[in-house]
Amino acid sequence: MRAPSSREAALGEVLLAVEDVSLSFGGVRALIGVSFDIRKGEILAIIGPNGAGKTSMLNVINGFYQPQSGRITFKGKARTTMRPYAAAQGGIARTFQNLALFRGMTTLDNILAGRALKMHRGFFWQLIRYGPALKEEVEHRRRVEEIIDFLEIAAIRKIQVGRLPYGLQKRVELGRALAMEPDLLLLDEPMAGMNLEEKEDMSRFILDVNQQYGMTIALIEHDIGVVMDLSDRVVVLDYGRKIADAAPEEVKRDKNVIRAYLGEPHGVSV
Amino acid sequence: MLSTDLGLDTLPKLLIHNAGAIGGRPAIRHKDLGIWQTWTWLEMLEQIRAFSVGLAELGLKRGDKFAIIGGNRPRLYWAMCAGQALGAVPVPVYADAVAEEMAFVLAHAEVTFAVVQDQEQVDKIIAIADRLPQLGHVVYDEPRGLKDYDRNHLIAFEDVQRIGGKKLASDAECLRRWEAGIAEGKGSDLSVILYTSGTTGRSKGVMLTYENTIVSARNANAFDRLGQDEEVIAYLPLAWVGDYIFSYVQSYVAGYCVSCPETPDTVVEDRREIGTTYAFAPPRVYENLLTLTMVRMADAGAVKRKMFDFFIAVARRWGEKILDREKVPLRARLLYGVGNLLVYGPLKNRFGLSRVRVGYTAGEAIGPEIFRFYRALGINLKQLYGQTEASVYVTAQPDGEIDAETVGKASPDVEIKISDSGEVLYRSPGVFVGYYKDPEKTAEVLTPDGWVHTGDAGFFDPKTGHLKIIDRAKDVGRLHGGTLFAPKYIENKLKFYPNIREAVAIGAGRDFVCVMVNIDLTAVGSWAERNNVVYGSYQELAGHPLVYDMIAQHVDEVNRSLAEEEVMAGAQIRRFLVLPKELDADDGEITRTQKIRRGFIAERYAPLVEALYASVMAADISTQVTFEDGHKGVIAARVAIRDMKPYPARAAKLERAA
Repeated sequence: MRAPSSREAALGEVLLAVEDVSLSFGGVRALIGVSFDIRKGEILAIIGPNGAGKTSMLNVINGFYQPQSGRITFKGKARTTMRPYAAAQGGIARTFQNLALFRGMTTLDNILAGRALKMHRGFFWQLIRYGPALKEEVEHRRRVEEIIDFLEIAAIRKIQVGRLPYGLQKRVELGRALAMEPDLLLLDEPMAGMNLEEKEDMSRFILDVNQQYGMTIALIEHDIGVVMDLSDRVVVLDYGRKIADAAPEEVKRDKNVIRAYLGEPHGVSV
Repeated sequence: MLSTDLGLDTLPKLLIHNAGAIGGRPAIRHKDLGIWQTWTWLEMLEQIRAFSVGLAELGLKRGDKFAIIGGNRPRLYWAMCAGQALGAVPVPVYADAVAEEMAFVLAHAEVTFAVVQDQEQVDKIIAIADRLPQLGHVVYDEPRGLKDYDRNHLIAFEDVQRIGGKKLASDAECLRRWEAGIAEGKGSDLSVILYTSGTTGRSKGVMLTYENTIVSARNANAFDRLGQDEEVIAYLPLAWVGDYIFSYVQSYVAGYCVSCPETPDTVVEDRREIGTTYAFAPPRVYENLLTLTMVRMADAGAVKRKMFDFFIAVARRWGEKILDREKVPLRARLLYGVGNLLVYGPLKNRFGLSRVRVGYTAGEAIGPEIFRFYRALGINLKQLYGQTEASVYVTAQPDGEIDAETVGKASPDVEIKISDSGEVLYRSPGVFVGYYKDPEKTAEVLTPDGWVHTGDAGFFDPKTGHLKIIDRAKDVGRLHGGTLFAPKYIENKLKFYPNIREAVAIGAGRDFVCVMVNIDLTAVGSWAERNNVVYGSYQELAGHPLVYDMIAQHVDEVNRSLAEEEVMAGAQIRRFLVLPKELDADDGEITRTQKIRRGFIAERYAPLVEALYASVMAADISTQVTFEDGHKGVIAARVAIRDMKPYPARAAKLERAA
């Protein structure tokens, strides 16, 4: 039901620019001179075979890794180094490939934790839980409930996350990232380990997040079928290099991409 | 409240009346963003009125049909009443219906409007839109995901209300016209079309008038003394007559509040928060609750488990008697009290059934064990027999007259008779007008003098005076002498024994009843181990004389219980045999859903059937079998036949009483 023409027009200015970024771990060159843009309001997919440098790229964007060279411009401000918490305060939220939830806490508390950066009253105020502090808490709780409603996880609101099936944990993690109300949402393999139905659900949520909140999303994904249906634009990495950057239909036809995925020998170099 | 005395013969009239008489009381609740939101009768009237006028502005008029598709949400219930206020007829549709089914219903009902819950339903309607030329506007409740949709025929619920609100504010005459429109409505008007999800063929649209549903609802409220203070949770499909009556009509008539759950998955939790006093569920809901509990208890610590087992045993022994106010020794009463404190109370609280005064199960037969379990805990669970064509109520069990195997007495104003063929017929003020656009089907079911054929065979239990449903009427036959023969009834009695896995009763057009039995390998196998019975194969075990003795004992007990029932006494089992192989879906003997295929079995085992009715004591059979790996083989066996002695009718009862 999506009308591509109207979407194209809706895509705004560059939100985050990656310029000539290189990253290596000792002798392993994870990223080699990679450049691309993430534009406001789009869903960008970063794909590539195993070990292509996808997660490294995401980690560079949100400040987990410091690239040896290159520049990242986010919301008009250039930087080479940035701490993860600074990225979070600056409006970047992410989910993880291997889930990083507070397993002993409930769904509700996990998502509420995503609001931590938005809490303005200090420890003392929170302790007495009165007046402005109470008002603030009520407001945060309302936002969290909206997210719970949005992600259709009301039934697990008060259940400890550790007891939930994997697909639902993924959804809770997305909820926590949404609670930060980020400008840019990074999703690291949101569909990994899911069955078909869960994948379809997750796709719908990602599309809805993008559509309803106008949120910019960059995601890494293995499942090519999912990516093609979901994203506005696809960046393809292979052995640390960008080999394509185009709309899904074009990427599908790209010779380099096909070669990378079908596994043509890369030459033997030691 | 005697609604008809005040001329309150339609639902919109009741709404206006309630808004005046009990305007400040809660009418409907919905849990939204984790918080229960409540609308009073007065507030609900305002919501419905604005929406109703908005619909009129968009072109909905008297006699139009409009679809309601979605879950249990206040706005969908309001939409029903809003349309009815204009004289239009709601057609609730099962929300989980696939687009194909939905296309049939919407086209057949010629709906001109649809009020739906969300994107999912909108998508389905768009997919079938080319088959619905008469469909105008589609109104949706949840905007999510619909941003980029073509807006030509799509409009938000709020926007319809806004149109209505503006009209009401700008045009002073509008309110008067709207109310005059409601006053024009009559009890005999068509109020709703409910499509039955027929098990065979296309679904049929059952037409009910306001009178049908309101009289039924009033009788039901009086029967169980339901008033304004009841708490009810609406969670069953809107398209099902049960939900229409319990969550809508009965609420309007009695003035009680209906709560809509947050999501379909949170019903148990929501029910607990609300503390329902009047509950209604098909058997599977009760089964699921019980299974969940048993699984969790199996995981619990040893002390808790022991305590649970002990007090559940106490409850099973005394609970029902206490509930029915029978005489119980003081010791039992005290023990039950302790149990209530430690086990039953917390359990009922978990189920959300602590405050239940009246709980019904209907739709299909509930297992007697499950039924008794809930009653033993002190929950007043009762059975009800109903049909869409009857506006639900045909029979119900009055308080204190509960029997796990019957469905109760005729509901108020309902007449019941049993036809010569054993079929149950009823006549009541709730009886439907007919099937929409299907006079042929109507004539098949509804007689000119107002009797409805249920398609079920049953009889009145002489002991209790309650109706007992035994089988689908088409499966019921007669013995040569004219005695009623209900195969499934007999088979179910046999299958009650764990040792008997499957049973096939034969008797239609014969002189007496015979059965062929399948033993349950697990149960009989472990019995064999305990009793030092040596066997090499299923076939050998099935033919073992000691196994025959054991099965004969079961058959004898079944005969005794059949003898106690006047109607069934003549259908006692005279001869039986144990089949040398398990009835198997791979051989086409049973369906994949474990229903036996009578005709096929009779043909396949014809030599055995013949022998049962000849005076021989054994017969040879050789049948082909399909093994699990697909290859076929032949089983040849000599099968023994046993004679049984029938009990004299009714005498068994006397013997027991003596």
